[in-house]
Amino acid sequence: MDPDDYLMLSGIQHFAFCRRQWALIHIEQVWKENVLTFGGRQMHRNADDPFFTESRGDVLISRSVPLVSHALKIYGVADVVEYHRSDSGIVIPGREGHWTVVPVEYKAGKRKPDDRDEVQLCAQAICLEEMYRTRIEYGYLYYGKTRRRTEVALDDELRRRVAELVAGMYVLYDAGTTPPAVLLPHCKNCSLVELCMPAVSSRRRSVDRYLATCIGRDDA
Amino acid sequence: MRKLLNVLYVTNPDSYLAKDGENIVVSVEHKEVGRIPIHNLEGVICFGFMGASPGVMELCASHHVGLAFVSPYGKFLGRVSGRVSGNVLLRKRQYLLSDDEEAAARIAMNCVLGKMLNCRSVLLRFGRDYPEKVSPEFSERLQWLTEGVRQLRESPSDTLNELRGREGILSKCYFDCFDDLILSQDPAFAFESRSRRPPLNRVNALLSFVYTLIAVDCASALESVGLDPQVGFLHRARPGRMSLALDLMEEFRPYLGDRFVLSLINNRVVAADDFLVKENGAVILTDTGRKAVLAAWQRRKTEEVMHGYLDERVPVGLLPYAQSMLLARHLRGDIDGYPPFVMR
Repeated sequence: MDPDDYLMLSGIQHFAFCRRQWALIHIEQVWKENVLTFGGRQMHRNADDPFFTESRGDVLISRSVPLVSHALKIYGVADVVEYHRSDSGIVIPGREGHWTVVPVEYKAGKRKPDDRDEVQLCAQAICLEEMYRTRIEYGYLYYGKTRRRTEVALDDELRRRVAELVAGMYVLYDAGTTPPAVLLPHCKNCSLVELCMPAVSSRRRSVDRYLATCIGRDDA
Repeated sequence: MRKLLNVLYVTNPDSYLAKDGENIVVSVEHKEVGRIPIHNLEGVICFGFMGASPGVMELCASHHVGLAFVSPYGKFLGRVSGRVSGNVLLRKRQYLLSDDEEAAARIAMNCVLGKMLNCRSVLLRFGRDYPEKVSPEFSERLQWLTEGVRQLRESPSDTLNELRGREGILSKCYFDCFDDLILSQDPAFAFESRSRRPPLNRVNALLSFVYTLIAVDCASALESVGLDPQVGFLHRARPGRMSLALDLMEEFRPYLGDRFVLSLINNRVVAADDFLVKENGAVILTDTGRKAVLAAWQRRKTEEVMHGYLDERVPVGLLPYAQSMLLARHLRGDIDGYPPFVMR
């Protein structure tokens, strides 16, 4: 498969949140901004500077790092990748010693009730592992609202979950189908709710019956 | 439903639009006459030939604000849109169904049904409001129309040509009633019959102008949900023709167009001298007439109406968008048919 045809890594967070939301964005190509997505974009704009590398003693900070995993067939960009000086790990050209790789994903909001942020971070780590031929045991999620970073252990269970989600994304993508809408409480936080129309689409109200009512209405 | 924003109508033909930061700046002879933040806009319609800077085009395209150019007399010239967007698979499905006579006829049928139901509602409502003005012919035609709608539904047409034929007959029956709906005693506002290219009286001039406004809105709405406004079901593809926009607007002609035109005349929003009658009989709206119509149109768009299928209140100005979305949802297989908007 041509790497140009790989799916976007960032889509995994949408897919984990709602398969239909992912399909609307990545198959139907619709996008609608709301307050939440705008905040997220502003935040990424601040973190987004590929020519900026910061060194704080034993920590190197690199922003907007291009990522790819040929195993998972996904590509994307990591907001921030940190390199921590250590006894073992990778070698960075022009720097002495060894470094461990630590992905950090910035989120404007706060921790989510589901694992969508964790799987995104883990997918980034899998790309980095493949690119650096190393092993990454943990990463961080930084939440703008609480201004806290949380350590995330990249264990086998999370990795299995990532592989499962990516496989699911490819099933839908190859078929070109958007799964039917299911109206759930979390729909009210979705920026695509007006395009998805979960209330209408999941009700599957018969158009035929609707027209029959329209015709019968004024006869009385 | 999403929020209804404003449409900027630039009526002065000497206006030029430029971008300044996140604003559209309107200037006449190098003097700034207006400045509107892009975030407040749904669309921009320019009635003139001065045009807009590429900066404005980029600003509109990136904010999904429709930018359309219309001649001072309301003839549609063109629209600026960003790169082709939306789902190519949805458009392929649209093309596929458009080529499939049976599938196309089913969608077209609902467009026509929506239109004729709305035509009937216009007449029914008038009959209720002005029972003393209703002539025996009027009641008879209303009955035909009601019967026609029922037949349309009970024995739908298999072919588009047959459907078009039946639609033509029912439309004529409806327009034959139209003179009765005009309450003005002024002979300047006699309707007689539908004429286009050019409109031969004031009522037709108004109808044509308002239909243009609706068509522009429908085309933009279709594009915003990822459909191709040129590939229709009832109207076949013809270069330069917005066939799907024409399909979509069928149901809006009576509901949005005709009722609006009638209210302009009956409420004296426009007067006989808001029109210019050319030597050859062609009738054109004057500058002041056009402004009065657009001001009333903008007000009309903010009114809300109950949508029978969506079961929610929708601003009138968003109806083309709501219907485009329902059509896209039908093409994608989410709903089992195209539900036209039917007035209550």
